[in-house]
Amino acid sequence: MEKRKERIDRGIKARSQDIFALCSYREMLYLSAPRLIPIIGFLILPLVLGVYWQKVLLSVAVFVLLAISWDILAESGMVSLGQALFFGVGAYATGIMNHYFGFHPFISIPLASIIGGVICTLLLLPVLRLRGVYFSMVTLIIPLMLVRVIEATKIFGGTEGLSGMSPIPSHWLELYLIIGVMLVCLFGFRRMLDSDFGLVLKGIRDNDRSVTNAGINIYWHKTQALFISSSIGAFAGAFMTHVYMFVGMPVFALDYSILPIAAVVVGGPGTLAGATLGACILVPLSEVLRGFGGLRIVFYGLFLVIFTVALPEGIFHYVQRKYNQFERWVEVDK
Amino acid sequence: MFTGTLIYALINSVILCLIAIGFNLTFGISGIANFAYGAFYILSAYSTWILMHSFNLPYFVSVMGSIILTMVLGALMYQLVLKRVRGQAISEVIATFGIGMAILELFRYLGFVGFEYNLPPFIDSSYMILGTYVDMQRILIVIIGIILVLLLWVFTHNTSLGLAFRGIAQDERTALTFGIDSDKIATLAVSLGAGFAAIAATIIIPLGSIFPSEGYDVLIKALAVCIIGGLGSTGGVIAASFLIGFAERFTDTYIGSHWTMIVSLAAIFIVLVVKPSGLFGKQKELEERI
Repeated sequence: MEKRKERIDRGIKARSQDIFALCSYREMLYLSAPRLIPIIGFLILPLVLGVYWQKVLLSVAVFVLLAISWDILAESGMVSLGQALFFGVGAYATGIMNHYFGFHPFISIPLASIIGGVICTLLLLPVLRLRGVYFSMVTLIIPLMLVRVIEATKIFGGTEGLSGMSPIPSHWLELYLIIGVMLVCLFGFRRMLDSDFGLVLKGIRDNDRSVTNAGINIYWHKTQALFISSSIGAFAGAFMTHVYMFVGMPVFALDYSILPIAAVVVGGPGTLAGATLGACILVPLSEVLRGFGGLRIVFYGLFLVIFTVALPEGIFHYVQRKYNQFERWVEVDK
Repeated sequence: MFTGTLIYALINSVILCLIAIGFNLTFGISGIANFAYGAFYILSAYSTWILMHSFNLPYFVSVMGSIILTMVLGALMYQLVLKRVRGQAISEVIATFGIGMAILELFRYLGFVGFEYNLPPFIDSSYMILGTYVDMQRILIVIIGIILVLLLWVFTHNTSLGLAFRGIAQDERTALTFGIDSDKIATLAVSLGAGFAAIAATIIIPLGSIFPSEGYDVLIKALAVCIIGGLGSTGGVIAASFLIGFAERFTDTYIGSHWTMIVSLAAIFIVLVVKPSGLFGKQKELEERI
């Protein structure tokens, strides 16, 4: 039984930056509103939106998952430029299981998330021993090369892809499944990043040598973070495969790599909530800008530059700070 | 067929070396991984084309103009964007990648796609070497490639600016105490890297035509060569480009053209597993490998 001393206020201060002593419903509302609004909003939105915007909501949720998976990796000091790798491997894993072996989506999606996670972790394992930009470079290269591999070897349908996947039984189930998974991932992994495990990951990002000095195996922690992140990405890919009922080379497209990064950069890194906020802004925006065609990607590129230079903390941190600084006029006590 | 493959493998290696050397120069000196590299390559090709066809300038003037334009843009990118995020590897990568993507997709959006967008070769003729037809442009690529590498070597070993470059690359703080302005050198490094991209584009593009998607390919090739050779090491870049160049050409001839990209992927994996800092990345081994 290992134990460590903990000063009670330290953890709370480090994690919530304040000690809260609640003494009224008003204060409880102040604290819980930022958490409750997204939950209730995401649960109610499918009921009020039309069919088209329901599809947009679906892709918002998928990109939120990808952005969360990017953010977890970035928190552990690994900057990926190829979330499409996770997405694509998950998509192909479920596609193969469903197409060749006839697995039901409810079996093939969870299996694909885990198998996809394992495959991506193994693919990236050689790079984990290096730091800096190596990881970004290799993750940028792999999805683009995998496309060529599929093109060259003509495996899994080659350039045609595999079609005729079985769909998820009900339209509502599909929508609430992805929203549920998204909310669970958002709040669950936020807790994980605040736990000791998450603190070690952040430590690896900030200074890997001193984490090594503390006697912690950083490769094992990095591998775990990589597996978690790639499983989330693979789930998103597997889910989308059953929505489109098709899997092909477009799953490795640059869109799936860039939008998550843009979402995190716009929303604010480190909190996962920022990633969610960013995806909620960018995906509907890109639907509105659909008329511009290829110019959308130019906008993403410019967003990336402007936000990294001008507002590196992102919108979420900015809004959070302002929310904590709310003031009101009160009567002076006589 | 064997000698023909050998000759084309040599040419391919020099092309890879030309593509990678600018990226490697920027990274080796300033530590900035310029992910807008491929975009600069394409940008300079298009600007040469625009100068020639829309402004009716002579070929030589437009080439010079586009090289200078690319170098100025590289310097501007450092001064306006990279300077503010200097030292934060994540932000540097994201910002340069964003810039590169914006440039490439803008060209695609503006409709610069098609076979009419190409550059003329320097001299349009071909020769018979050891029973293989080789056109003059490919011979020139080899000659210019060798000259550029030699010039770079002389520049970094015999001029004070070049020595300042190497000083910053070896130890930035010590170089600062010797009065070397690291911001100025980094600006020059990014700008020179962009200039190398422009020169590479000028002599390589005439073999095909200009496509925005080529920008990503160039970036990937440069990355592959630099990873295998060891980032920041010129000798490594040359060795790695010969390794990949020969491997690609021989798979192309004896196995199939679809497999060429896979060879570089396999090479990256083998090198990363066996020697993670690259073939020649020796002196950086301690810093890059934890």
